[in-house]
Amino acid sequence: MTMDLLKGVSNCLGPLVVASGEFRGDVTVEVPKARIAEVLARLRDDPNLAYDFLVDLFGVDNLDLYEKAAKPKKKTEGEGDAAEEPKPAGPPPPRFEVIYLLLSLSTNRRLHVKVRVPEDDLSVPSVTGLWKAATWPEREVYDMFGIRFPGHPDLRRLLMWDEFPAHPLRKDYPLEGRGEERILRYE
Amino acid sequence: MVNECVVNAGHSTGDYVTINIGPSHPAMHGTLRVIAQTDGETVVKADPEIGYLHRGVEKLGEHLTYHQFIPITDRLNYCSAIANNVSYEMAVEKLMGLEVPEKAQLIRVIMTELARIADHQVLVGILGVDLGAFTPFFYLIIQREEIYEIFEWYNGARLTNTFGRIGGVEADLPDDFDARWRELRPNLFKAIDETDKLLTHNRIWMDRTIGVTAFSPEDALAWGFTGPCLRACGVKRDLRKDEPYGLYDRFTFDVPIGKNGDVFDRYMIRMKEMEESIKIIDQAYAMYQEMAPDAPLMAKVPKVIKPPVGEVYHATEAPNGELGFFIKSDGSDKPYRIKIRPPCYMVYQAFPELVKGEMIADLIACLSSLNVIAGELDR
Amino acid sequence: MEAYTGSGWLLTRLEQLVNWGRKRSPWPLPYGTACCGIEMMCALASGYDMARFGAERPSFSPRQADVLIEAGTITKKMTPILRRIYDQMAEPKWVIAMGACACSGGVFRTYSTLQGIDHVIPVDVYVPGCPPRPEGLLFALLKIMDKIDMEHPLRGEISSLVEGK
Ligand code: SF4
Repeated sequence: MTMDLLKGVSNCLGPLVVASGEFRGDVTVEVPKARIAEVLARLRDDPNLAYDFLVDLFGVDNLDLYEKAAKPKKKTEGEGDAAEEPKPAGPPPPRFEVIYLLLSLSTNRRLHVKVRVPEDDLSVPSVTGLWKAATWPEREVYDMFGIRFPGHPDLRRLLMWDEFPAHPLRKDYPLEGRGEERILRYE
Repeated sequence: MVNECVVNAGHSTGDYVTINIGPSHPAMHGTLRVIAQTDGETVVKADPEIGYLHRGVEKLGEHLTYHQFIPITDRLNYCSAIANNVSYEMAVEKLMGLEVPEKAQLIRVIMTELARIADHQVLVGILGVDLGAFTPFFYLIIQREEIYEIFEWYNGARLTNTFGRIGGVEADLPDDFDARWRELRPNLFKAIDETDKLLTHNRIWMDRTIGVTAFSPEDALAWGFTGPCLRACGVKRDLRKDEPYGLYDRFTFDVPIGKNGDVFDRYMIRMKEMEESIKIIDQAYAMYQEMAPDAPLMAKVPKVIKPPVGEVYHATEAPNGELGFFIKSDGSDKPYRIKIRPPCYMVYQAFPELVKGEMIADLIACLSSLNVIAGELDR
Repeated sequence: MEAYTGSGWLLTRLEQLVNWGRKRSPWPLPYGTACCGIEMMCALASGYDMARFGAERPSFSPRQADVLIEAGTITKKMTPILRRIYDQMAEPKWVIAMGACACSGGVFRTYSTLQGIDHVIPVDVYVPGCPPRPEGLLFALLKIMDKIDMEHPLRGEISSLVEGK
């Protein structure tokens, strides 16, 4: 079934699919960042796929993953899991990912769409035009990772207060923070 | 608070009055905040601000092992902690490709549905309190205490249960569950019935709820509604039926749906769902009684959980809607990234749309009926 | 009590009278921010019924409250607001920190959580537990009452009166 799904998706998207994979029945396709709105619109309007519901949208920071993959090579020890990672060749792979979870209400099938976001170009086109449901999740990704969404109507911080100086879910931000305090001045 | 609100909302428009509600306000459930612009008593614009209970759960998850994260999931939707635990455990089981024994799954179903009833009772009670009807709250909370007693005596905690383990459940149902359930069951029906009599056909209740903040199914889907709020709009979608997980495909139950998506429908859906949950518990318990007493409760799980490299998303139908866990594993004993998809997050983001053009008092009714739980909203 | 009906008089110290009055009606400000708030609700509702101890009227306005029951996690975003609520309460005031989060940050040792509300406001009674049972909260209220009993509300005033003479 997942093979059908993959075939359908690649039929629909054609060369836009950069990579695809399947794990425990969850199908993931990777698409170029700049075309994401177009891809999601196509997936939504394709009559066979009909991915008409945006479940969620969030970011992932892969910094530690790459560091971990790079280390065993130098030390030449501990293959195991890290060896399965594709070895980064040439320039380092983009640091961030934004993942869109789609659902088709008619067929109850799900799809993960992934875009990669390099550190020097932290922006992904907004999909709020397709689904209003993306409003807060995009604000949250901006808040937590610092990825901007051009086209978003109101891109502010969502969870942390406005003056918060960092993006907490990045892997280089410590769990216990850097001692930020919120100061409110009244009158 | 006052000053901050002025800064955020601005004094732009002629006769509009900016009102700050929350975060410390009895109707805001502790940690929500809405900045509303009103024209007389009509809400022109409402801007919810969240994050007052952002506790860094997702970041914390990256620093805890898979088992250690189970207690943290209790604190997401604290009205029905068990539903969160089960949802998270199922996500990890999917990641590891574990097959959970049937008996454990039945116990999970029983406990989750009890949690669902408790959650809906809180909602109906609080909705009543916010609209000025204190009595149903007292009726419902007595039964809820009894449900808590079952929880407490199953695993020692009333609210934050830390129910289940990855790969199964930790203990069998206690011996006198039968007696307790037989005592509780009629009482539950009685409480639902009494609340129904007090509220449903009450003139004031109907005036305050019918037609208030109605929402169309198309809008609801565009905003990502799930769960009772979506069903109130007339869309029949319940993950227990549509993508049956666990053993839910073996039970017969109805999925109640509403028509207008207003506060009244949201309330009615909850009332009906409580009865459906009792039906499910009955069936599950009957199936449970047929199982051998020494049937296994845990799958074969290694001591240290190290799932393979990969990413999964698993969603279950929590009392509020679709609760999903996305877990990315890098092969170590800690998740690389955990993303929680809280159901009320999506519902609450449509709040400005919902209350536009309504009265200020209806804003409170709407907020209560959405069942926004700050713990899972802000994570 | 029957024996005392009718007119007459009682002899007591003024301080004791004031304490007695304060002790028997500690109006709580239920400030439930998270999971502990649900348990606090149980304590206020039927079953545990905190009103038995004189906490009859949950006062949601800080200006009319005596006891701030801080039940739940306080995040850094919320900290200034908590401080402000405390400042708005009229003297005399007492604070109960309910739950591990309010006492010490609890399980949430993260960037966004305040590690105990005693960093910003003084606390009279700590109730450990995650969440504490409603009985725990009732016990804390009784402790507050004991504390009120030991206070000398008029000491400052009387000595200033004496010195004034
Ligand atoms: S102490 Fe525990 S139950 Fe109370 S607010 Fe904190 S996490 Fe929730």
